[in-house]
Amino acid sequence: MAEVTLRGTTKQFGSTVAVDDLSMTTPDGAFVVLLGPTGAGKTTTLRLIAGLEQPDAGEIEIGGRSVLGLTPAQRDVAMVFQQYSLYPHMTVRENLAFPLRSPVLETPEQEIKRKVGEVAETLKISHKLDNKATALSGGEMQRVSIGRALVRDPSIYLMDEPLSSLDAKLRSDLRIELKRVQASLGATLLYVTHDQIEAMTMATQVGVLEQGRLVQFGTPREIYEDPVSLTVAGRLGLPRINALPADLFGSAPPRACTIGLRPEHIEQGEGLLSEVVRVEHLGDQTRLHLSLAGHDIITLTSVHTDLTPGATVAIRPRNALYFDASGARVA
Amino acid sequence: MAEIEIRNLRKEFGDFTAVQSSSFKVQDGEFFMLLGPSGCGKTTTLRMIAGLELPTSGEIYLDGEECGQKPASQRDIAFVFQMFALYPHMNVRRNISYPLVSQGMQRAQVREKVAEVARILDIEGILDRPVGGLSGGDRQRVALGRAIVRDPKCFLMDEPLGALDAEFRERMAEELRALHDRMGATTVYVTHDQLEAMQMGDKIVVMNHGVIEQFGEPQDIYDKPATMFVADFIGSPSMNFLTLEDRVEAGATSIALGGQAVGIPALHEAFGGKMAYGVRPEHVRLSDAAGFRGQIVATEYLGTTQIVTLATLNGDVKARIGSAQPARVGETVGLDFNGATVTLFDRRTGRALRSDLNDGVLAHG
Repeated sequence: MAEVTLRGTTKQFGSTVAVDDLSMTTPDGAFVVLLGPTGAGKTTTLRLIAGLEQPDAGEIEIGGRSVLGLTPAQRDVAMVFQQYSLYPHMTVRENLAFPLRSPVLETPEQEIKRKVGEVAETLKISHKLDNKATALSGGEMQRVSIGRALVRDPSIYLMDEPLSSLDAKLRSDLRIELKRVQASLGATLLYVTHDQIEAMTMATQVGVLEQGRLVQFGTPREIYEDPVSLTVAGRLGLPRINALPADLFGSAPPRACTIGLRPEHIEQGEGLLSEVVRVEHLGDQTRLHLSLAGHDIITLTSVHTDLTPGATVAIRPRNALYFDASGARVA
Repeated sequence: MAEIEIRNLRKEFGDFTAVQSSSFKVQDGEFFMLLGPSGCGKTTTLRMIAGLELPTSGEIYLDGEECGQKPASQRDIAFVFQMFALYPHMNVRRNISYPLVSQGMQRAQVREKVAEVARILDIEGILDRPVGGLSGGDRQRVALGRAIVRDPKCFLMDEPLGALDAEFRERMAEELRALHDRMGATTVYVTHDQLEAMQMGDKIVVMNHGVIEQFGEPQDIYDKPATMFVADFIGSPSMNFLTLEDRVEAGATSIALGGQAVGIPALHEAFGGKMAYGVRPEHVRLSDAAGFRGQIVATEYLGTTQIVTLATLNGDVKARIGSAQPARVGETVGLDFNGATVTLFDRRTGRALRSDLNDGVLAHG
């Protein structure tokens, strides 16, 4: 495994700047998640590292050496795509073994057998090894395509939303599995998603991308508790952070234009009176939709609350986040 | 608007039974969710209500009138599909007005209706744009507009948010629910996403292998699951199942787990054999004083809370605790369960044992 570094990397498609002067290091053995909305440049970044795109400017290094002149095969990266692409006429075993049979690698048959068995075990698909790839469920197919990356020992694994086509339950199972596999292999992994739960639960570090730029890089906790801007604050946290006029509850720090309130920043029982618009029971949490002076606020309350629409709740901020007119954090 | 009732509905495709024998009632104005994994029969059920499939047996009542064998065109229902099928060569206005024009409605009246719908959906600004250049969200709003404009008796929606990305799905879910609150139209909505179902639904039907596992209000289904399938399917992370084998009598308020007495709601039936002690992650506390021990194997940070996974002699347990509370991987700690919230299951059949907690819900469920 190896460290991967981007330095001032830029990629344009016509007049669109997909990746804009991006500098970022994925440390050896780290699980870095690139988080951002559609069009932020996440996938392009992966493709630049894989060698599927060439940068217009900047440097890309794997294990301390520039890879700009190298072909995708020479870069020795393993990529998993959102849509599983298996060979339909092959069995699961043959699909898993395929990357090892590449003439470049010259893997001995004994070694292929051992590797395939090991990966199948980790991904819990051992019992399906002799099935045709087409005779699998969606979740199993995606496991096989992840397995096809894992049989190799590349410098880095690049994964592009590998779980997004799966249903919710399977997604949460595979999330834990993937994290466990990465930790036990000590693998370096760069993972692209727009799903904040995936970012929070799996990442050792999260890189938040916006319009091709890296706006913040840090542990999930740093990004959640100490966001650099209002848009970053809105990326993590369910329900979303509430953005309200800074002076709604009284005095605000200088230059502050917006007060950002997560549920833990809203104290109930004292302060300004707000009206309950809707009570949403999600099982483990209950959300209160409040209306205060024409502003919508979403916060949490005790699971079996007696509050009903029309009731009033007094609220006041506690340790809130403040942002200026451009959305940058001021306090 | 309308009330929908399904009685003993069954659908076979050759040897395969997609829906076994479903019965439920959707009240007028309700937002009603059909929830389950792929292949559970939820979409087939919806398509039978719409008239796109005819049931093998059983009845469907729309406002009291049996219409199980009637074609879709005679049911006055609007269907919204996962893939918003818009006419690509028409602009937004013409897409929305199409159903009315083809009914032969007067032009002035069509204009008025379209304007009203556009106002409800907040798409007045894009009425004259071609649909080709619209964002996913706007396309979905236009598809909804085309359904709403006919004033149908009810709306049937088949994973209308399934194709959208996570962030946007959340926003559209809020929007759809707010729209429902304004219009009050009876809506039957199919999804495999339990959070979507909990968030939007007034009532939920949970289906598995063509069978209704449970039917009721979201919080009741979450707190008082009728089967292990429901307990596992609803909630993320799902309910913990600690395996044990014992004999319990009716009226018991505790049970032995790994040699330690742990609390349960007073049982209303006796049972002997393999059981699962079902407890939700937020009802597990780490406590040094507790006798039941577990070793921390993983922690997952979620912002306000964290999920701690512990290995115990009776199986893995996940606890949802505050993220400020220390939890180090490798540590052995005591586990305390909020007994009043626990459901005991027959491990073999998956059925919940009746207790003080769930008897009220399961009796009529």
